[in-house]
Formats: sequence, C-alpha cells, structure tokens
Amino acid sequence: MNILTRRAKVSSPLEVAVDSGESSYALEAKDLSVYYGDFEAVKKLSMGFERKKVTALIGPSGCGKSTALRAFNRMNELISGVKTSGEVLFHGVNIYDTDVDAVQVRRWIGMVFQKPNPFSKSIYENIAWGARINGYKGDFDELVENSLRQVALWDEVKDKLRESAYALSGGQQQRLCIARAVALKPEILLMDEPTSALDPISTAKIEDLLDDLKKRYTIVIVTHNMQQAGRVSDKTGFMLLGDLVEYADTKELFFNPRDERTENYISGRFG
Amino acid sequence: MMGSGESRGGARPDFAVNLASRYARGTRWRTMFMLSTLLAIFFLCALIVTIVDDAFGYVVMVDEVDQDSLVMDGMRLETMEAPALRTVIAENLSPRRYRALEREKPFSERAQSDLHAVVLTEIVKPQVVATYTLFESLFDRNRIIQENLEANPDGTIIFRSWVTMHFLTDSLTAIPLSTGVMTAIKGTLLTIMITVLFSFPTGIAAAIWLEEYATDNRLNRFIQVNIYNLAGVPSIIYGMLGLAIFVRGMEPITSGSAFGVTSAGEMANGRTVLSAGLTLAILILPVIIINAQEAIRAVPGSLRQSSLAVGATKWQTIWHHVLPASSDRILTGAVLAISRAIGETAPLVVVGASTFLTQDPSSVFAKFTTLPIQIYQWTSRPQSEFRHIAAAAIVVLLALMLSLNAFAIITRNKLRKQKRFG
Ligand SMILES: Nc1ncnc2c1ncn2[C@@H]1O[C@H](COP(=O)(O)OP(=O)(O)O)[C@@H](O)[C@H]1O
Ligand SMILES: [Mg+2]
Repeated sequence: MNILTRRAKVSSPLEVAVDSGESSYALEAKDLSVYYGDFEAVKKLSMGFERKKVTALIGPSGCGKSTALRAFNRMNELISGVKTSGEVLFHGVNIYDTDVDAVQVRRWIGMVFQKPNPFSKSIYENIAWGARINGYKGDFDELVENSLRQVALWDEVKDKLRESAYALSGGQQQRLCIARAVALKPEILLMDEPTSALDPISTAKIEDLLDDLKKRYTIVIVTHNMQQAGRVSDKTGFMLLGDLVEYADTKELFFNPRDERTENYISGRFG
Repeated sequence: MMGSGESRGGARPDFAVNLASRYARGTRWRTMFMLSTLLAIFFLCALIVTIVDDAFGYVVMVDEVDQDSLVMDGMRLETMEAPALRTVIAENLSPRRYRALEREKPFSERAQSDLHAVVLTEIVKPQVVATYTLFESLFDRNRIIQENLEANPDGTIIFRSWVTMHFLTDSLTAIPLSTGVMTAIKGTLLTIMITVLFSFPTGIAAAIWLEEYATDNRLNRFIQVNIYNLAGVPSIIYGMLGLAIFVRGMEPITSGSAFGVTSAGEMANGRTVLSAGLTLAILILPVIIINAQEAIRAVPGSLRQSSLAVGATKWQTIWHHVLPASSDRILTGAVLAISRAIGETAPLVVVGASTFLTQDPSSVFAKFTTLPIQIYQWTSRPQSEFRHIAAAAIVVLLALMLSLNAFAIITRNKLRKQKRFG
C-alpha cells in the first residue's frame, strides 16, 4: 500500500512500516541527481538517514546541500527548470514515483528554512493552519500548546497566542516555524541552515532543541557551521561540488576523516 | 614612505577633495525635483481654479412675464397662498398647457410650494441673459452692475452656485437652469458596477493564472507581451470592439431581449448600460491584469514555500497566503483602473451613448449616458450657461472619483492591517 498517493488512507506511515519490514533508514536517497537545466548540482547522491538521529550535511557554500535537502521532500519542484533522477525512499516508496503526490510527501517530511518565515497570521494560527488543512480532527488548543512546548516557546508566547507572529523576535519566529512543522506530527524534519540568520543565544536554544526533537523525529540539518554539526549531529555527510565525499558518524568524520578533502575542509584549509 | 599615522591624519593624495562639489550637485538635483513637484501642483491648482471659476458666479435673470404684473390683492407671488396661486395659474396659462399639467397631477392636490414652482417655470419663466465667472463676480462687481443697469434694466443679478441640490437630484432637461445630472450619475454608477463586476474577477483570475500556473513557454510569453500591448491601445479602439462585440454581436443579450426584457418605448438596440460597462471592462482588463500580476509577484517566495512545506496544496497556498498578502496592492491597482474607466468618454461615444436622455436608466438594459459624456455634450454647446453646468458636472464627477479613491485607500489600509495581524 502506498502512503503517499493522493488517496492515501493510512493516518501514519508507521502503520505501513511495521508490516513491510523495511530498512532501518527513515529516508534513503539512491543515485539521486538534481539538475538546474544542464547543471548537475547534486551528483548521484546515495545516503540513508537513520531513524531518530540527527544527520548533518556540511560542505562549502554552493556544494549542493540545500538542493539535496529540497530533493528530500520535493520542494525543488517549485523552481522551474529543475530535473531530478534517482530515488528517495520513504517507507519503501520512492517519493518521485508517478503515483506519489508531492503534497502528501511534504506533509510527512517537514521543512524549516534558513530565514524564519512564519505565516502572516497569529501565533496560534501559524500552528493550527497546517494541521487544519491536513484534516486534523483533534483538539486544536492542545495541539498548539503541545507543539509550542516541544520547541520551548510555550512559556514565552502563551499570553499572546492571538498576536501576529511577526511581533516575535527572529529566534522565536524560527522556533515557531519548527513548531509549525512539528504540529503535523511528521516523521522527518529537514532543516536548511536554521540558525544562520540568528544570534548566538537563539542559535544555542535551537541547538538544544534538536536533542529533544530527535526523540520523536528523524532530523536532517544542513549547516555550513562545522562546530554546529559537531555539537548536534550523530552522523555527518560532507559534500563538495555536488558529490557526497564522506559520510560517517560525526565523531569519526571530524576526528578521523578518511578523505583528504574532508580533512582539508574540517581543518579550515578551504571553504 | 608614508607612515600609517600620517595617512590617517593628513591629506591623502589618492583622493581629491570633492565633498563640496558632491554636495553642490546634490543640491542642484534636489532643486530640480522640487521644481517638478511645484509644476505638477501648479497645474492641479489651475485645474481646480478653472472648474470652481465656472461653477459659481453672478447670473443676470430677466423674467419673461414681470412678476409685478402678477400681484393680486396686493400680495406678491412669494407670499401667496395655494388658492391664489391656482387662480394665477388658471388665468395665465394656455388652456392646453393647463390641461397637460392638470393630467400630471391635479392642481387641487398640489401643495403651495409646488404651485409656486409651476408659476415660476410656466408663467414667469426667468431667463438667464448673462453669466459671469467667480473671478469676475468677486473682483469686477461694479462693472457687472453697471453693464446690466444699461443692458437689462429690469434684470436681477443674483449669485448662483451652479451645483445645486436640484442639479444633483434632477434628471436631464434641455433647460440649463433646471437641468440635473441624476441621469448621468445613475448611468455612470450602473456602468461602473458592470465594469467592476466583470473586470475585477476576470482580471485577478487571469493574473493568478499567469503568475502561479502558466509555465514559462513561448505561448504564455506571447500572451504576456500582448497583455502589455493591449494596455497601451487607444481607448477609442476598445469602443469599436465594444460596438462590434457587445452592441452588434451580442445584441440579444445586451439589449435584454434574450431575458425577455422589453423596456417599452426605449429601443436601445444593444446600446445599453450593459454594453457600455462591458466595453469599459475590457478596456481596463489589461491594466488590472498587469497590476494584479505585479502585486502577486511581489509576494515573497518564502511565503509560498512555508505554506507548501506544511502540506498545503497550490490552491490553498494561493488562497490563504498569496492573495491575502497581495490583496491591498491588487485593490489599489484595480481602483486606479476604475478611476480611469469612470472618466472615459470616447469609447462610450462609439458604443452609442445617448445624446439626450431624460429618463434615468432603470436597469442595465436601458439606454445610457454618463457624466463625462454629459460634460462633453454641454461643453460643446455655444451658450454660456452650458459652460457653467458643465463645470458643475465636472465638480460632481471629481467628487465621485475622489470618494471612490478614498474608499479604496480606507479598504487598503484595513487590508494592510489584516495582513499583519490576520
Ligand atoms: N535556482 C537555481 N537555479 C540555478 N542554479 C542554482 C539554483 N539554486 C542553486 N543553484 C546552483 O546549484 C549549486 C548548489 O546550490 P545550493 O544547493 O544552494 O548550495 P548550498 O546550499 O550547498 O550552498 C550552486 O552552484 C548554485 O549556484
Ligand atoms: Mg544553502
């Protein structure tokens, strides 16, 4: 049974996962290539993301991290002229299969962007809206509170839920955006440099969050900040010019890189 | 060798001392900008002054029948009671005219004020023999009085505002003193209503299609270029188009006969409010599309992404995020286009505006005239009174436009607030 089609009947992909006895990866890319016109920005990427782990993608600017990340929940389709080949398996289903619906994919694989981009709605609606359009039938107040607690924002905003999300600080907005993604109870959270527009304190708060969040979600985080990757991730992939050069446990990759290029990058010799 | 301390403190040979000349250039440009603004303001003031100049001023009236000859029992017209007025009417009106008015409404049922009005318009018949502009009236008063003492010894000089309550509420007549613009106001409002109803939804929908759905291929680029071109086509050509499509081609619909509407006595033959409104609608459609497209394009991509990332469909993204975020700009553009449509004259002449319409349009299938058409006709008449009522009508048209714009600004500000705190 395909959980990602337009008429998907299951309420959680886990139901399928249990009886399909598939791999331990929450998401797995196989020979994934992404082209902007003729330019191959991601080249035959193959990597698996382990359940309930934080995986970091690092690499110099322009190496294709964001492009790869967007390919994991079909956000690249919004850019005209993008071609994708290869597979991205989610519960054994290639999200690029013709009968798979991109909207359904994004519903299970959430995304947080570089710049905080809350909706121009109230704080409450920022969280409730996504759930509502996806047919959430539970208690919305509870959902909002729950989601805000998961990102440690509840205490800061519980008295101004009806105010505009734009009234929040940048760091708070970014946590709201994470809460908004979390409210859909997704399986995977993709984060594209979620702290690069934030001050150090807000950054630290979000890094702390990731430890909590990975108890429930599989997280893929793109960062150009190696220290951050070292602090928050379990596994790290190093990309260079569209290639995945090395992919290993974070400690392993940082202290014992096997590829010379990885070593050069980590020791700050380029990038 | 130049030490670092020296270069920080002293002159640097690499850089010329030019701050003064940079400021001077800035000042020259600033003056130019200010002069341009002043020029624009001057022309605006000139426009307003000319209109006001014509809309108010002295008129010299001469009664066809001397009011003194109508004195009865030592009572003047103004103080007469209804029965006395009835006698005056019976004595002075031709039997034929008397019967006609009696048929409209029996004199015995008419009130004193009504009877007084009948006496004035049917018997006394005040005629305007000379009119003056506001400036003449203010600064040349003595000359005016002098002139008229000689030329019209029994004339009365009164200061008249050509914009009167009657002018606003009465229908069109052939007599400048008693004519009104209600027919034209209603015509304008009905026409614009049709224009709005048709062009807003169509234009915004087309903009959404072009911005959000249409792929970037040759056909769509061709369409886009042509929309830009259409926005520059002279309005009279849209008049020809409207004549061909709405008046001739769709006559059964625009005349209302397809819906069983047979307005007795009014053979409009498709030259109706509906045709006029639709013609103006296609005239402003390209402008509305282009404005709405620009408004939609100004919505940041991050907003679309954030919506799609929570599993919204494209339509939900457009409806819940893109349109609310652009509605204020879309509205502003559309209202500007409507302002242009209200003032259009040439295409409506081609579509067949009625030259003399005394009956207010009762439905969209009625014959039509609009304020600009009326103004155009009045300004082309030689008598000076028509120049003044044209000015009065311009005042009405401007007031109509300004209130429309004010409404738009208020709505836009409301939408802006909602945008932030939705
Ligand atoms: N919309 C686009 N159109 C064309 N080329 C793009 C586009 N976005 C990114 N690229 C190119 O693809 C490559 C990878 O970009 P990106 O994934 O944004 O890199 P990163 O996130 O690692 O900095 C870069 O060379 C960039 O110039
Ligand atoms: Mg990037």
